[in-house]
Amino acid sequence: MNRNRSIMATKYIARSSDIAARMIGGEMMIMSPIDSTFFTLNEVATVIWQAADGKTPLSEIIDDKICPIFDVSSDQAKEDSESFVEELSKHGILLVSDQPIESSSRQEPAR
Amino acid sequence: MTESSIVSANALEIVIDIGHLPIQLRMHDAAFHELLSNRYAGFLSSNSIAEAVLDIDLALDPKITDGDVEVHIDNGHWVFQRADFAAEFDPTTRVGRIRQSRNPYSIDTALRILHGLLLVREGGFLLHAASAIRNGKAFLFSGLSGAGKTTISSLIPAHATLLTDEISYVRREDGRYIACGTPFAGELARLGSNASAPVEAAFLLAKGPANRIDPVDVAEATQRILRNILFFAEDPAMVKTLFDSACTFVEQVPVRRLTFYPDLRVWDMIQ
Repeated sequence: MNRNRSIMATKYIARSSDIAARMIGGEMMIMSPIDSTFFTLNEVATVIWQAADGKTPLSEIIDDKICPIFDVSSDQAKEDSESFVEELSKHGILLVSDQPIESSSRQEPAR
Repeated sequence: MTESSIVSANALEIVIDIGHLPIQLRMHDAAFHELLSNRYAGFLSSNSIAEAVLDIDLALDPKITDGDVEVHIDNGHWVFQRADFAAEFDPTTRVGRIRQSRNPYSIDTALRILHGLLLVREGGFLLHAASAIRNGKAFLFSGLSGAGKTTISSLIPAHATLLTDEISYVRREDGRYIACGTPFAGELARLGSNASAPVEAAFLLAKGPANRIDPVDVAEATQRILRNILFFAEDPAMVKTLFDSACTFVEQVPVRRLTFYPDLRVWDMIQ
């Protein structure tokens, strides 16, 4: 795991208010309004997505919602989660910040 | 754009009713009026009431129609252009204008774009798909170029009605999806019939050694339908609306993969 990723875990993440997302057939589908990139999230990614409230650091989401539920080591969960967050943040789907993120810029979780 | 029209009150008019969305075209040129009247003969409405108006100004010299269409939103107005035309439409007043040459393909492309944009606001979309009505039910056959839209259209049984071999018009009415015929022809160069029916199923086309229908998981179905929607404006609000429309469509309409060998037997499976 590189240093950038370790730093990423300490950050706050929030769903962008601009994105289009829908849960269909048990799968979370998301489309970037910026470049129309389409994503289908797996179970772990969906949990992170739904927990991305702008108030909870990524590290806490991993420790509280990923590791206890999914059969994955802490290091592996951290590496996968940070990679996922980096990818979605590139497309404007997740917001990443050193500070908690105001509710005006984030979206309620899709159901 | 202002309300002022580039076409004066004594203009020649036709109303082209595609997908239950009549658009009035106004122009001064009698020969071009006749050309359009003939081209869209099956889709002309005798009712002068239209949901949108487009003034045609034949001000440009003839140019090739190849090239990319550029669509953007400028101060709330839809602006769409290509080398052979430049159009602007106010979605609030529903009045627009197009400057083009005498080439009918210019207005044809502009109409596709305008319908596509208007449809998005109503929960529908234009889809790269052939479509046909059989036994009162509409079937869509979706795929990009080379997938088999023209082939399956050319094999259509006599008692079925071809709606289009190229661009399917899917609108949402009373909570269900309706496929409408269009004059937007593909390689068959055959205009669709001016008819409509509830969509029974959508097939993702693939050519193969034998005919078979397979299930498609919901994520793939959504992704493929989204990929095949004619999408014109990279506007975040429209992307969001279109995404929601595609998801709702996939939730309501069975989407299957149709692998087919190009002969008449494929239509035995489409009932």
